[in-house]
Amino acid sequence: MTDLTKLTLKDALDGLKAKTFSSEELTKSFLTGIEASNPTLNAYVEVTADKALQQARASDVKLAKGEGGALEGAPLGIKDLFCTEGVQTTAGSNMLRGFVPPYESTVTANLWRDGAVMLGKLNMDEFAMGSANETSAFGPVKNPWKAKGSDAELTPGGSSGGSASAVASDLCLAATASDTGGSIRQPAAFTGTVGIKPTYGRASRFGMVAFASSLDQAGPITKTVTDAAILLKSMCSFDVKDSTSLDIPTPDWTQSVGQSVKGLRIGVPAEYLIDGMSEEIKALWQQGVEWLKAAGCEIVEISLPHTKYALPAYYIVAPAEASSNLARYDGMRFGHRAEDFSSLDDLYAASRAEGFGKEVQRRLTIGAYVLSAGFYDAYYVKALKVRRRITEDFDNVWGKVDAILTPSTPTAAFKLGDKQIDPLTMYLNDVFTVTTNLAGLPGISVPAGLSSDGLPLGLQVIGKALDEATVFQVAAALEDSAGFVAKPAKWW
Amino acid sequence: MAIDAATVRRVAHLARIKTPEDRLEPLAQELNGILNWIEQLNEVDVQGVEPMTSNVAQPLRLREDVVTDGAKVDAVLSNAPKSADGFFVVPKVVE
Repeated sequence: MTDLTKLTLKDALDGLKAKTFSSEELTKSFLTGIEASNPTLNAYVEVTADKALQQARASDVKLAKGEGGALEGAPLGIKDLFCTEGVQTTAGSNMLRGFVPPYESTVTANLWRDGAVMLGKLNMDEFAMGSANETSAFGPVKNPWKAKGSDAELTPGGSSGGSASAVASDLCLAATASDTGGSIRQPAAFTGTVGIKPTYGRASRFGMVAFASSLDQAGPITKTVTDAAILLKSMCSFDVKDSTSLDIPTPDWTQSVGQSVKGLRIGVPAEYLIDGMSEEIKALWQQGVEWLKAAGCEIVEISLPHTKYALPAYYIVAPAEASSNLARYDGMRFGHRAEDFSSLDDLYAASRAEGFGKEVQRRLTIGAYVLSAGFYDAYYVKALKVRRRITEDFDNVWGKVDAILTPSTPTAAFKLGDKQIDPLTMYLNDVFTVTTNLAGLPGISVPAGLSSDGLPLGLQVIGKALDEATVFQVAAALEDSAGFVAKPAKWW
Repeated sequence: MAIDAATVRRVAHLARIKTPEDRLEPLAQELNGILNWIEQLNEVDVQGVEPMTSNVAQPLRLREDVVTDGAKVDAVLSNAPKSADGFFVVPKVVE
């Protein structure tokens, strides 16, 4: 019998519906795989085997009657930043070790409504702050990919490194993830998987552990563009429990996959050709342009003049929002509480120093600084103004183009530990992805080729607000042209 | 606007993060590195630009001012480091 774990989400759903195999069989295949591989890859921080089998059996009952939702019986991995009722949710932090939410996030509630099965909670950078999964309190996740001729362990990217690694190594059919500056798309690019961040407001933030609320958005990491369209639809919904949730219908994006891109105008922004971009990434980008041209797209050179300011603006806005959001962790009502303290202030400060890791502390300190009296206007308000400039850049080109093509990341996956020395080098990972978070636009990363070292590289498609349809359409055309079928050689 | 150890001590207090004295200087250097890089924002002409706090095109919704949730004492207290008789228990902080 074929290895069920290698199926795409789409094929698995078809197989379940056709009763070629049961959800219980499929779920057991994944649980066996996780048991064997997870000690090495560290993608899951908790495996919910009993819950998974229960859900799978319930799905099989429905499937037997020809009933069931859009994801009926499909085993998924859940990033550990989505609150799951009765299942520990830590956001990769010692601060939340042992935290068991008494409620369910809206995104995961939507998945269970549609019949999905939860295999477990996926590792991530602490509070989603990181680009290499090295800030997790549970230790780094390993990328199933290794460079040709090298045994060095690579990062799967971050912050959704557990999600990306699990999907790439067939430890789930697909996974939920979240993206504040590139945390879905960068790990997807590093692992040869597909990841989409939808328009801000499409997916409810209720029950997602908050990092930077005006930027955070949930989305899926999957094996194919079709799978991303299927899972994203289930994840998105209007939700009164999130004041920024958009009260609009969620389209069936699978309809956009495979639709001709002939006549679509694709923007290629000059400013994304950054100093020091490797020849490989340049060539990949050019290849993407050629593929779309061949598919009938019109290529339009565009300018997004404020691009280079997106990252520094982000590193004011995101830490500022984080310093406000994470003020809730005071050791009083939930989360870690220090044992040794000399005063109330000291109890807060000691609890937070013990509970938060180094990168989180660094960002909270920056956030407190840029919001403090005397610096608020010079840093925070200034960054918000630059944010508008960046958004206007996009507004100015939408009359001329239907979507924008860029690389997803400036490099392929790097060695674990390689960029820990200097936070700035790490921050540069998000240089191509962070603009869409600031502007609230949808962006997808599609695997498009291999580096000379044999590592996956991704291309990003950015769309207009609420126009995920065109994003999926173009992404599918790229997927089709790239014919990316490479898989990491199993070493784990 | 270079940050020194005294500034780090002040900001760490604002952020309520206990920071040992010997960490202040290295942190000051790190933060200066990041803030120097951020200084490039000063190149952008933002004359007359409104600060952008949200990228949601719709106005915030209003709802009726009624209770929609509650009576969940056990759930609320379920993750408390310490609780008793329906209350959070915190260490004695007033002498």
